[in-house]
Amino acid sequence: MDLIAELEAEQVAALGKDIPDFKAGDTIRVGFKVTEGTRTRVQNYEGVCISRKNGDGIAGSFTVRKISFGEGVERVFPLHSTNIDSITVVRRGRVRRAKLYYLRSRRGKSARIAEDTHYKPKAGAEA
Amino acid sequence: MLRSGVIAKKVGMTRLFMEDGKQVPVTVLQLDKLQVVARRTPETDGYAAVQLGAGSAKAKRVSKAMRGHFAVAKVEPKRKIAEFRVDPENLIDVGEEITANHYFEGQFVDVSGTSIGKGFAGAMKRHNFGGLRASHGVSISHRSHGSTGQCQDPGKVFKGKKMAGHMGAARVTTQNLQVVRTDADRGLIMVKGAVPGSKGGWVTIKDAVKKPVPDNVILPAALKSAAAEAERLAEEAAAQAEAEAKAAEEARLAEEAAAQEAALAEAEAEIKAEGDGEAQPEEKKDAEE
Repeated sequence: MDLIAELEAEQVAALGKDIPDFKAGDTIRVGFKVTEGTRTRVQNYEGVCISRKNGDGIAGSFTVRKISFGEGVERVFPLHSTNIDSITVVRRGRVRRAKLYYLRSRRGKSARIAEDTHYKPKAGAEA
Repeated sequence: MLRSGVIAKKVGMTRLFMEDGKQVPVTVLQLDKLQVVARRTPETDGYAAVQLGAGSAKAKRVSKAMRGHFAVAKVEPKRKIAEFRVDPENLIDVGEEITANHYFEGQFVDVSGTSIGKGFAGAMKRHNFGGLRASHGVSISHRSHGSTGQCQDPGKVFKGKKMAGHMGAARVTTQNLQVVRTDADRGLIMVKGAVPGSKGGWVTIKDAVKKPVPDNVILPAALKSAAAEAERLAEEAAAQAEAEAKAAEEARLAEEAAAQEAALAEAEAEIKAEGDGEAQPEEKKDAEE
């Protein structure tokens, strides 16, 4: 392992994030820490994960899309951000693409994703 | 206050997540067997500087002259050599090894290196020219530089005119980069932002010239021998403290034992006295019988 990979692995271990197994198409809830003045609270953001980038490494990120008051909203979260309190999978979706950017041009019925009822957890990963 | 810089190898870039949720892009620079190879003194050379060497080279690939130079300094052959001007009082002894503690977190540094070569580049890439239009009669010269001057007067192209040519592979200095983290064990210095050159390239790091020299910089340099000395002293102090603690513990134990003994003796005496007291009535009984 080269030094950069070593440093990144160390940092991932040091951050000790509990990241569930999820992919594009899954509906997830992200607990994001928000600082208001001196107080910090956790704000939940729930929507469909439409893309995951750069794997599980320190540079990894994912995009969550939701319809908020009739307007599509997308947020990109760094996977290992210290601002992320928790990530929970709400629903497993069955999709055939790694990136669901086509959802941006869809509305309502056609923007639905079928539920994956035969979800099998990855070997070696719990939850 | 001019002190030595260091030679480092660019390892690559990564990111660090801070406690407050911020991400910091950092370049990882590594010190590899960084030693003083020679010194230049005002008496012999007319100026004060230290010559540092970093990395390791196979002895058979080093020229005979350089082998001799390294032999004089009694150091292993080095891959990269650079000289740093210092104040005469900040000269370092030959053979001393510099560690990554030379810079502290939050300090500003200047990093110099050889930029990545781009070859023969056009004016658009090399000097950020705008190029010509895509249509309106422009043919074949969409990325050209356009006019290079005036007319018969002056009748020449001025010197220094920005034109296409070789780009990159030149010495570049990036100023005021902040040190985010250091790791003396592995010889790592992480600076915020990008550094000239490719991965595996050599760069030199110096204290930032455009910032005041911080008070807590280590003069003349963070040396391995000094660190070892400090460690030895700390160990000695710890050993002494331990010995003292041990002695105190022993004294306390001895005192306790003595106190216990005394108590035991007292108790025994008491028991004896009680026994005597008990024995007496029995004797009386006997006598009565």
